[in-house]
Amino acid sequence: MLTNQIGYYSIILGLIFSVLIFITSLKDLKNIKILNKKIFFLSFFQFFFVLLSFIALIFLFISSDFGNEIVFSNSHSTKPIFYKIAGAWGNHEGSLLLWLLVLTLFIFLFLLNSKNQPIKYRILTLVYQQIIIIGFFLFILLTSSPFNYLYPIPTEGLGLNPILQDPALAIHPPILYLGYVGSSIVFSASLAATTQNYISKAWAKNIKIWILISWIFLTIGILVGSIWAYYELGWGGFWFWDPVENVSLMPWLCLTALLHCVLVLEKKSLLSSWIIILSISTFILSVSGTFLVRSGVLNSVHTFANDPSRGIFILVFLFILILFSLIIFFFFKKENKDEKIKIFWLSKDTFILINNWFMMYFLSVVLIGTIYPIFLEVLSNDKISIGPPFYHKLIIPVLIPFLILMSFSQSLSWFKSKIDKINVKLILVFIISIILSFSIAKIAGSKNLYNSILVSASLYLFLVSIKDFFNRYKSYAQSISHFGFSLLILSILLNGILSTEVTANLKVGEKFIYKEGSIEFSSIKSYQKNNFKSIVGLFKIEDKKKNYVELEPELRIYNQPITITSEADIKTTIYSDKFLVMNKVKGDDYFNVRYQVKPFMIWIWISTFLLAFGGSLSLFRRINEK
Amino acid sequence: MKNKFILPSLIIFFTFCFIIFYNSLENSNSYIPKDDFDTKLPIFNSKDFFSKKEISSQDLFVDNDYYILNIWASWCAPCRKEHPELMKLSKNSSIKIIGINYKDNLKNAKKFLNDLGNPYSTILIDDDGTISIELGAYGVPETFIINKQNKIIQKFRGALNTESIEKINLILK
Repeated sequence: MLTNQIGYYSIILGLIFSVLIFITSLKDLKNIKILNKKIFFLSFFQFFFVLLSFIALIFLFISSDFGNEIVFSNSHSTKPIFYKIAGAWGNHEGSLLLWLLVLTLFIFLFLLNSKNQPIKYRILTLVYQQIIIIGFFLFILLTSSPFNYLYPIPTEGLGLNPILQDPALAIHPPILYLGYVGSSIVFSASLAATTQNYISKAWAKNIKIWILISWIFLTIGILVGSIWAYYELGWGGFWFWDPVENVSLMPWLCLTALLHCVLVLEKKSLLSSWIIILSISTFILSVSGTFLVRSGVLNSVHTFANDPSRGIFILVFLFILILFSLIIFFFFKKENKDEKIKIFWLSKDTFILINNWFMMYFLSVVLIGTIYPIFLEVLSNDKISIGPPFYHKLIIPVLIPFLILMSFSQSLSWFKSKIDKINVKLILVFIISIILSFSIAKIAGSKNLYNSILVSASLYLFLVSIKDFFNRYKSYAQSISHFGFSLLILSILLNGILSTEVTANLKVGEKFIYKEGSIEFSSIKSYQKNNFKSIVGLFKIEDKKKNYVELEPELRIYNQPITITSEADIKTTIYSDKFLVMNKVKGDDYFNVRYQVKPFMIWIWISTFLLAFGGSLSLFRRINEK
Repeated sequence: MKNKFILPSLIIFFTFCFIIFYNSLENSNSYIPKDDFDTKLPIFNSKDFFSKKEISSQDLFVDNDYYILNIWASWCAPCRKEHPELMKLSKNSSIKIIGINYKDNLKNAKKFLNDLGNPYSTILIDDDGTISIELGAYGVPETFIINKQNKIIQKFRGALNTESIEKINLILK
């Protein structure tokens, strides 16, 4: 009870500090020479109180205090301690508190980290950030307080869906939030820079750190989410173009474009308007994501509790932010006179611009695919759902020119490149990749020309990025990230093209022989576990080359309520994943068996990790530069 | 680049988006499985709240044309809110309200009824929540209307409000 009160009043205190910061900063803005020390204290206390209330919430979860409404509905006294803690942000209210915590932490760090920046710019960033923070404080207090209590106190909680009890899913939301919230700093800072007409090389240097932080966390957050989907959902895929997944992909695409543009600004002070637009869009897309996920407008596998009043709050807040940023952009943005410098066509800038156009294309495809069903339903009452074929048809063909242009751009320099620099080596590499991809196609027995071209293009990028490692003049960070990206595309493509799947209905003792090998259902065992009955099948699989694996998929029959979940068994090697899942055929001795071989699965995870790792290297270099 | 028309047209565009999203909130499509009306009431056994005697559901739903089955608990705040509506319904002697006391502490539950009144003709104990799960309940409170043939003809999730009371009255008329 006391902890509950501490948590609740800490939030209110935090809000009071936000208002104080807002007022003091506005006052200071008029006549200022040095940054008021008071602002540091206020920001620190604001962060401190949000932290206190977050700790209070975690404490409530650890001590299983079911007097708290969200502990009651999301926890259970027998849950392992790790999931009790993770339960604190596994629900709507707690996750908003976490969001707020990161918001206040980041603005405090921003203040500490921007000492060499103009004071008015720093204070304005703080002011804009406070608008967002106050918005979230009000959202929590008015619609989703994590500290509602129940009386009389229930003796036991309702528990957490077993599918959500997974380590990957426990860390997935916080990481993703770090990414989303990082973009809020970019948003406020770019609006502040616009107001102060301070969009310059120095600004680019300062803001790039935040863009990188946000980008790295977003990348890892998406990666962890995909890993969870692959292992836990048991559909054998890692990306389903589910609206909630798309919602995290859109800010990522926008941020990737921004990351590259800011380099141009840093080197040449070009593209300033475009950078502001990208910064605004990234954050707006993040908040829209929150709106779409939390309001229950979307149909998705991610079922969250939804409440229309919350939806309306975020929606209104979102549109206030949009209007606000539009007004600032249109009334304060001054045309930068230096921007008249011509861009030489064969330089890095041109290719970064091209990269941006591609990113915007991908972004609009995903955006339309995600929100079109909502628009259609409101306007005409038709219900449609847009699935993977839509995205594949629109995105995959465009990948070919994208990959080839990306490979070219790596060998270009800033300013001018001479034509002869595009040398024989590159052409040679191109020919090698074409030959390689056609031989892969031959081995795989695929006669699809389109696939071969795709693989050639991504192999080309792959080889060029390897070549770049040996180029002393390049930064390792960039090479690693680009190498990671090429590896990612390559493994996704090969995974998609070379995956095989067999399904069969089998009884114990039966053997199923198909073109590529055989599956033998050798035995079945059943165990009684704590709250479910487990049925484990043993399957012996042999392929043409006499490679032998044993897989033991499991069926779990939970007793209350009676639900059957199937746990796939996955054997991972560096070449491929072998994935087997079984399901009971109703009223029969037969089991439905689905066996999949997914080549290069692990490389999808490794390459995404490399992508983020390259970003982190660049981040550390920037921090050390100071 | 800064054309006079860009800002107004952008504002109009975003206002349009706002209206669409605002409307979409109303036909919010959360993932609730289809209501399975007209399903037969499962047969279950339980103890009476006061006498602790064993009762089978088969003996309970026999005489009346309609029964109201209400799942409640003393710790559940919405139950407290809907309780006056149940009290009002119970004044009509032709209606039988059967309560299912969900995962509750007996003392607290009795205090709850003493404070707010007892609208139920019979109360069954559901200690571990199995009966409620068999009934297909999502949480507490939940209210079912059951007809003579022991079929569930209407379900109300969450606290009853004036709208759901109107619906109930319409059915029971």
